[in-house]
Amino acid sequence: MSKTRRAFALTAVATLGLTMSATALAQAGRDYVYVVGSSTVYPFATVVAERFGRGSEFKTPKIEATGSGGGLKLFCDGVGVDYPDIANSSRAIKQSEVDSCAANGVTEIVEVKIGYDGIVFANAIGGETMSLSRADLFLALAKEVPGEADGQLVANPHTTWADVNPDLPAIKIEVLGPPPTSGTRDAFVELAMEGGCKATPWIAALKKADKNRYKAICHTIREDGAFVEAGENDNLIVQKLQANPNAFGIFGFSFLDQNMEKVKGSLIDGVAPTFDAIADGQYPVSRPLYFYAKKAHVDVIPGLRGYLREFTSERAWGEEGYLSDRGLIPMPDAERGEVAAAVRDLTPLAIAAE
Amino acid sequence: MMNTDRTTRQKVEAGLPRRRRKEFTFKVLGIFATAVGILFLGMFFASLIGEGASAFRQTYLQLDIELSEEILAPDGELDLAYADFDGLVRTALRRELPDVSGRQERRELYRIVSIGASYQVRDLVAGNPDLVGTTQTLWVPASSTVDMLIKGNIDANVDEALRPISNKQIAWVETLREAGRLDTRFNTALFTNGDSREPELAGIKGAVMGSLYMLMVTMVLSFPIGVAAAIYLEEFAPRNRWSDLIEVNINNLAAVPSIVFGLLGLAVFINWAALPRSAPLVGGLVLTLLTLPVIIIASRAAIKAVPPSIREAALGLGASQTQVVFHHVLPLAMPGMLTGAIIGMSRALGESAPLLMIGMVAFIVDVPGSFTDPATALPVQIFLWADSPERAFAERTSAAIIVLLGFLLVMNLAAVILRKRLERKW
Repeated sequence: MSKTRRAFALTAVATLGLTMSATALAQAGRDYVYVVGSSTVYPFATVVAERFGRGSEFKTPKIEATGSGGGLKLFCDGVGVDYPDIANSSRAIKQSEVDSCAANGVTEIVEVKIGYDGIVFANAIGGETMSLSRADLFLALAKEVPGEADGQLVANPHTTWADVNPDLPAIKIEVLGPPPTSGTRDAFVELAMEGGCKATPWIAALKKADKNRYKAICHTIREDGAFVEAGENDNLIVQKLQANPNAFGIFGFSFLDQNMEKVKGSLIDGVAPTFDAIADGQYPVSRPLYFYAKKAHVDVIPGLRGYLREFTSERAWGEEGYLSDRGLIPMPDAERGEVAAAVRDLTPLAIAAE
Repeated sequence: MMNTDRTTRQKVEAGLPRRRRKEFTFKVLGIFATAVGILFLGMFFASLIGEGASAFRQTYLQLDIELSEEILAPDGELDLAYADFDGLVRTALRRELPDVSGRQERRELYRIVSIGASYQVRDLVAGNPDLVGTTQTLWVPASSTVDMLIKGNIDANVDEALRPISNKQIAWVETLREAGRLDTRFNTALFTNGDSREPELAGIKGAVMGSLYMLMVTMVLSFPIGVAAAIYLEEFAPRNRWSDLIEVNINNLAAVPSIVFGLLGLAVFINWAALPRSAPLVGGLVLTLLTLPVIIIASRAAIKAVPPSIREAALGLGASQTQVVFHHVLPLAMPGMLTGAIIGMSRALGESAPLLMIGMVAFIVDVPGSFTDPATALPVQIFLWADSPERAFAERTSAAIIVLLGFLLVMNLAAVILRKRLERKW
């Protein structure tokens, strides 16, 4: 009996000791860079982190894909080793986030724009090649579309692409896209749908008069089965497109780039989603990608300065850098130069907390 | 009498075909149901192995790499951090294929070899600096596109613009193959490396170690706590409304979706106890919460199965309640408890949802070396690879699933063997 009992007692003590030593360790510090944020920036940030980790004496940064909003929230929670050093984001930081950062003592934030990402509207390689305008996309995918009279909205009656625009083929509208939690969805809604939505004059006029209603009209995607939320896994969308040549999918350019022989991107406003068209801004559905760094952590967290330098080096984000191989569209030379200089000097964000 | 006898028999005989028919139908349905199950399992394994088997092999290129002193140590001093190992690999590649000219063409050429080649050369030089100045013949990993081409996952017959590898690159690969400088070998990197964004360098060691650390924490905590709770509830606790309430709650806990435990872990272990995010320690604590109900329920069942005669005999010989439990009941119930613990562990090994909340779904290259280092787990690694755009990750995802299933199989087998070996018939 005493043996078994002693074993129990020992385990209990060991457990307690383990927990306590871990707590002590956690407070001691952190010897790696901790990055959170957007799952769109994740594929690029991870490549930089790995090259940096292997090429320097520092540990490889840890990168969590939490989504842009979730990442900025963690980032703004405070200053210290328990909080992330960098937040990746597929959109610019909001005023409300700057304020909440400031409330927690995170005052000096360095904004780093890293390049552009295109969002493609693609179908299987064997399917029809489509040339769509943003207005077509809006009319095909919005929950409610403008009716006969000004100010009137009707539930989206379009079932085929020909209903939307007689020039398009009479194929049933079937679109697979990311869920509302995704940054890709946000960007698609803002850049493609809103762009098409504004083509209707009375809705464009609403933007000033009633911003909430304007957003509700332009940003709400139909829920009658024509648009299917396919989850965050873009590989899955590509597979489904292959199985159904009439279906279209919405995903990031890097997935199109990797699956060129399976899927093709539709032309939007007459421009095909190619590397060059996104780089020079002709392709309308593209967005800048960012990350935000805490100035207070530089030179406190080992490797943070080096990681910033690696990310903003020509071999990473340059015209022929390794990030462009992964589908990140580089910024023009002059802009890269400016951002790199700002990172070197750790120039904090211009917008201040209110 | 005879008359009624006959009628009973006639009645039975009249009903027999119907009963036999029913029996036959039921048998057919049963066979059909089993067959459907086996079919789906077969499809699952066939697709998994069909997709993943090729990931256990990897294409390598043989290069004669001249560790030239001018490139590695231009000022006579070797500095590993800044030495141009890429340059060495590229020079070797150019020497192998001398008719490649022009900047654009060279860039294409460099893409057939993995960046892992430079790391390999660096590690070689770091391990033995005396090699500088010599020429070493090395097998270095080919890039994942070449690997995909060799494995037939890229169709060389489709239009050049539609595939990730150019005609020139295919020709170079062919030249190397004819010269005997290309070979597919066992993919050791898959088992010795941590995660990587280069498919040809990505491995599951980091995830396996993370899972191992977590399971150690889970085992050390949940087994003793679970067994102690089971013994108390079964042998000592008074039977009243409170013990009923506790029992109902334990059974309910076993059915709570695992993500809920993740949220609890985030609130208690990370936000309140200030334990580090992404650490196997926290993962293990969360999985402990998850496996505790399973272990308690299994242990209670094992204790219940010990016949009362044994308890009564011990009590009759003057043993105290505690002595009865620890001398007789516990040893006899141990096999059942251990089986329950292993089943609980294998459930914990397959969990990924609760780990999402505590930051273990992350890109972590370094293999964790302690309970507080950032780590992922095997199911999380599968999730991350399944979402990667690079094509070569598809087969590696399946390979990682095969490894995970292998671990689960071993654990469940251990549970079965333990039960068979130690089980007692009363």
